[in-house]
Amino acid sequence: MSTPKLLEVEDLRVTYRTAGGDLPAVRGVHLTVDKGQTLGVAGESGCGKTSVASAILRLLPPGARATGRVLLQGEDVLAMNWGRLRAVRWSAAAIVFQGAMHALNPVRTIGRQIVEPILLHERGVGARAARKRAAGLLEQVGVPSWRLRSYPHELSGGQRQRVMIAMALACAPDLIIADEPTTALDVMVQAQVLDLLRGLVRERGLGLVLISHDLAVLADVCDRVAVMYAGRVVEEGPGHRLFTDAVHPYARALAAAFPTIGDPASRLAPHGLPGDPPDPRGLPTGCPFHPRCAAAVERCRTEDVLLRPAAPDRSAACVHIGTEAVAP
Amino acid sequence: MSEVLAAVDLHVGFGGRRRRGAPPIRAVDGVDLSVAKGEIVALAGESGCGKTTLARALLGLERPWRGEVRHQGVPLGYSSRALKAYRRRVQLVLQDPTGALNPRHTVYEAVAEGLRIHRVPGEEKEQVARALSLAGLRPAERFFRRYPHELSGGQRQRVVIAGALVLNPDVIVADEPVSSLDASVRGEILALLLSLRAELGLSVLVVTHDLGLAWNIADRLAVMYLGRIVEAGPTEKVLGAPRHPYTEALLSVLPEAPNRAPVILAGETPDPSRIPGGCRFHPRCPALAMGIADRAGVAGRCVGEPLPVVAAGPQTWSAACHLRPDAGVPATRVEVSGVAAREPQKG
Amino acid sequence: MTAAVATPGSFWRTFRRDREGMAGLVLLLLYTGVAVAAPLLADPAGLSRINGTGMPQSPPSLAYPFGTDEDGRSVLTMVIWGTRVSLIVGVAATVISMVIGTGVGIAAGHFRGAPGGLLNRLTEWFLVIPYLPLAIVLATVFPPAVPKIIAIIIVIGVTSWSSTARLVRAQTLSIEGRPYLERARALGGGHWHQMRRHVLPNVMPLVLANTTLTASIAILAETTLSFLGLGDSQRVSWGVILDQAYQGGAVSNHSWWWILFPGLSLVVVVLAFNLCGRALERALDPRLRGATR
Repeated sequence: MSTPKLLEVEDLRVTYRTAGGDLPAVRGVHLTVDKGQTLGVAGESGCGKTSVASAILRLLPPGARATGRVLLQGEDVLAMNWGRLRAVRWSAAAIVFQGAMHALNPVRTIGRQIVEPILLHERGVGARAARKRAAGLLEQVGVPSWRLRSYPHELSGGQRQRVMIAMALACAPDLIIADEPTTALDVMVQAQVLDLLRGLVRERGLGLVLISHDLAVLADVCDRVAVMYAGRVVEEGPGHRLFTDAVHPYARALAAAFPTIGDPASRLAPHGLPGDPPDPRGLPTGCPFHPRCAAAVERCRTEDVLLRPAAPDRSAACVHIGTEAVAP
Repeated sequence: MSEVLAAVDLHVGFGGRRRRGAPPIRAVDGVDLSVAKGEIVALAGESGCGKTTLARALLGLERPWRGEVRHQGVPLGYSSRALKAYRRRVQLVLQDPTGALNPRHTVYEAVAEGLRIHRVPGEEKEQVARALSLAGLRPAERFFRRYPHELSGGQRQRVVIAGALVLNPDVIVADEPVSSLDASVRGEILALLLSLRAELGLSVLVVTHDLGLAWNIADRLAVMYLGRIVEAGPTEKVLGAPRHPYTEALLSVLPEAPNRAPVILAGETPDPSRIPGGCRFHPRCPALAMGIADRAGVAGRCVGEPLPVVAAGPQTWSAACHLRPDAGVPATRVEVSGVAAREPQKG
Repeated sequence: MTAAVATPGSFWRTFRRDREGMAGLVLLLLYTGVAVAAPLLADPAGLSRINGTGMPQSPPSLAYPFGTDEDGRSVLTMVIWGTRVSLIVGVAATVISMVIGTGVGIAAGHFRGAPGGLLNRLTEWFLVIPYLPLAIVLATVFPPAVPKIIAIIIVIGVTSWSSTARLVRAQTLSIEGRPYLERARALGGGHWHQMRRHVLPNVMPLVLANTTLTASIAILAETTLSFLGLGDSQRVSWGVILDQAYQGGAVSNHSWWWILFPGLSLVVVVLAFNLCGRALERALDPRLRGATR
């Protein structure tokens, strides 16, 4: 066997136990990321993309159960003991959360928050060395190092997001999971942050899992993109191709939601999908997308569709694959 | 086209006299903008550029330091009676529909609120039902007794829109109406705004940071930077061949931007309490940094000479940039808004 | 997700599961029953000083389960009738305190600038001023034409609203920041509309929970004032009994029953109100729900 992939997620299922019964948030997801690769996970609120991110590092809230396998360099995260898991978090894989304001401790300086994981994970690193490394990390993400002494509220939104990335890089992980890292940031700052992430992947050979609701962003940054709907991947393929000619009707709708400026087809004609994202508590039968799908046929109501090859290097979960009805 | 809502030389700020020591924040620093009947105008810019303050001032929620807000050609008065009458005609749709609805009020109560405030005569139930179905919630009666937490995000935003429509306004000011909604729902809400314009002849001013939204629905686009409109004109033209380096940069960093080299501006939106002299964009301007302005022989003016206010009225396309030959020409403004050319503001 | 709203049904379900709250509620119902049924439980003639039927200051016996006072009256009869006065004074004073506190609190939070600041200073002034001297002064300056019990109610109500006002103001400030108030303003809603339709419904749960806590304070205050001789000596309340016990030399005569039983009923009712109030808070505030045992 060849060397194990950086991250392999196999048949991941996440279920939340709530007062109203079990809530299946992720229903069998397969993903792979290798070093120097960027995988985008797209989907709307409630599609399970954040649960996937949390499950990779076992950061799910109590009351959630994850099954399947999450192989991080060949080692199953879901089966690890507590000590090993703590070592793996941050030093093998780190997560950048959305909402940088809430993820930073408001009463501690930026410097102390970056140093903390270094001191926790690497014995033998002195406080001074750790501080020096923190300064270097800040410079690397484009924040002046004197900001080490600043508190989060003294920084702008973009700078805070950069600090979050610096924190994730603190222990030199091989894999970074970024959950909506640019939501709530301005376009210019979003471009700055995405540029930073792109550069890190290129220079450090990191693996990056980028989670977003914005398919256009993912198509631009990621080698491969997986589109999730109702807890499953409904289409997977090369980033740009998925954005320009998606196979699955949902992926197509998601791509059309963010118009290409200059494209006459979307001028004064916004594209949306009727209906709302489904409630995981009461998923529709058959293909969960069928109530909102314009191309739905009788089979879609009854037949549960799994991912199937749609073209070389791409797959999608739609009954129309192989028939002419799939053509846009 | 008749002008429905307009800002004329509008200045809005905070602080100043009371907070001694700190300079006042000039959030809106001289804006001319008008919205015609049945027109959808997008006001775009980064956070902190003053676009939300401008929207609030247009709604009479913020009192301008200088200049005026005009509705159907009549300057807005700030007596409480004048404001109340005004707010029947001009409605607000907020960004976050979850927060914009009182969790303890039913859909019916939320929509009927405006009718009750203004003591609108007529059958209340009918008017609420009509507004809900206009907003795409049909059959309306099924939603009357629902609470906001029982609805999806898109449905909530439709309730907020219905609450605005129930008073038969002639303008809606929508502040980031889709930015907190799911991607697939976004298009539906934007399509609703378009259909309301077609059916009711409604004028809409959409405040957004999303240029794609402007492309989707707006007839005209005004781009704001640090309290001023720096470029305004028909959406196709502004987005097709932007005249201002700032608009150009904003467009170039959009992920789906076709074959355009991204121009990533360094830093964040600067501080509206310290507006740079000369062209307010000059410290971040790529054209100045790359020497384009120097070659054109305007670099000195960029740094030292303030630009006149851009008139964002119908049929005009102008940019506040020394590089553009039409930049300093105020002629277009006179014909549009009927306001005589003003001296450049002291920067 | 969205902020949970306590509907009457879900509220009662949560409350019922709260053992402390239910204990408090049962006790309160018991007290209310006693107060309402006082004429059936004890003959009001037994309250008159000249109608004492027993031996003066005799310890508890079968005929006089709570013993007798110096005039030979049954302490049990007096405690039963005292429940009535104490509860009436407590509840009425609480209503006054709540109305003032909620009104001042909402107004202080809603109006920016001078009016809000002024109300806030007024609240703080009432908060820091020593409560008892103020109450004593107020009680003594009331014109004699006003029935003493009404005077007591007003004094307690007027002196105990400040903490409620502060609480309500804080909650109002947090509600003022919500977008739905901005929406109401943009719709043309005036101050009265905003406060009545948006702020009040959202502070009501807090006020409700606070009511029970204030009630216990009001009952204690009534007892204190009566004990100090500022109460209505025409009507028997627990404070009046305690005052008379003190004056009558219950301490030096070791007539413990004369003090213990009215004191005990006071402690229990205050405890019951507190238990209920805490449980109400837990049931109405979803954030505290996780903390319930």
